[in-house]
Amino acid sequence: MNVSDQAPVIEISGLSRKFGQKLALNQVSLKIPRGRVFGLVGGNGAGKTTLIKHILGLLKAESGSVRVFGFDPVTDPVAVLSRIGYLSENRDLPPWMRVDELLRYTQAFYPKWDPAYAEELRAQFGLDPAAKIKNLSRGENAKAGLLLALAFRPELLLLDEPSSGLDPLVRRDILEAIIRTVADEGRTVLFSSHLLEEVERVADDLAMVFAGEVVLTGTLDDIKDAHHRLILHFESPPSIAPKVPGVLSLTGSGREWTAICNGRRPEVLAGVVRAGGRIVAEAPASLEEIFVARAGTKATGKE
Amino acid sequence: MQLHITTDGLPIYLQIANQVKYLVASGRLAPGEEVPPIRVLAHQLLVNPNTVARAYLELERAGIVVKRHGSGTYISDQGSPLARKERLKILYQRVDALLAEAAHLQVAPEDLFKLIQERQQSMQPEENK
Repeated sequence: MNVSDQAPVIEISGLSRKFGQKLALNQVSLKIPRGRVFGLVGGNGAGKTTLIKHILGLLKAESGSVRVFGFDPVTDPVAVLSRIGYLSENRDLPPWMRVDELLRYTQAFYPKWDPAYAEELRAQFGLDPAAKIKNLSRGENAKAGLLLALAFRPELLLLDEPSSGLDPLVRRDILEAIIRTVADEGRTVLFSSHLLEEVERVADDLAMVFAGEVVLTGTLDDIKDAHHRLILHFESPPSIAPKVPGVLSLTGSGREWTAICNGRRPEVLAGVVRAGGRIVAEAPASLEEIFVARAGTKATGKE
Repeated sequence: MQLHITTDGLPIYLQIANQVKYLVASGRLAPGEEVPPIRVLAHQLLVNPNTVARAYLELERAGIVVKRHGSGTYISDQGSPLARKERLKILYQRVDALLAEAAHLQVAPEDLFKLIQERQQSMQPEENK
């Protein structure tokens, strides 16, 4: 391998992309380090899939650059794609094939395919080798796609909304696959999701994407350390949400309000006191609360 | 060792560390007992192995567990210096709940203390005789 272990697996800088008049990605810069699980979080249409398509070389960067294992995926697709296990959002598997045919067919593309591991996964996922793809349930279809992405032990596992629309048992299989991938050989996982509970469970690092922009990125630990949920109490109830600098979102009514804030505690405390209130409780914010608060500031252009 | 992880705020590594501390303080994990290897616990709880590693590191720093080279991670023998604090912390929550309930029922703290003493005496019948 000519790339050192310290070099990021994916390096994106200043990536922008327009579809017609719509800016799908705006100056996106991300580094995804080796051996970690990176969660890409954003609402529907935020640009997650567009970003993943750039990593796979399915879309060419209009401006900025994308490097995967140090290569440009558009000009060097073989060097990149042979090392990525990819589960697409649409799970586009050929419907006329049987499960065993699909495995043999896919194996032909990957010199590093591990038949024993593929068989182990097939049994673990409970996939009937004689079943036609078109007759698989949604969950089985996802598991078949996941099997294909895992069986050649790729250096990078790329999962686009892997859990979307699946029952808890299949989601468990997917989370197990992510954990096993990083635990076993220090390989790298990038997955997009809007199931924040899953992201909180498995991600080392994450990026929140809203309307094509990365609004927050860092390690999950740092993000969790920085964000707090405060309960504010006002002796005389404010009629509208008081303006407090440093607060990302403020919801509530009457005398008690919930604020989500990102660090800046002295500033927030001073602002609360100025608005005639006090902090009565403080706790770490959940990733979901942080996401909702950030989505709100993005929509209203605050902060 | 059965832990339960939620994703409603507290970082997961702290949930793991706190719950292990609780299990030690309440005697459900004994000194010398082995805790599951990182990968095994990560798989069992469906969380990132790095998160479990961080929880174990916190526990090691607090003296709750010791790592033995090439073998595994064990509950420390000397009992943790935090054990008493942790044990009291378990009681804090119950005492707080009791005080809140007493206030709702309009029982004054003095009456509550008396009640606690009465109940304590009734649990030791031989001394009462």
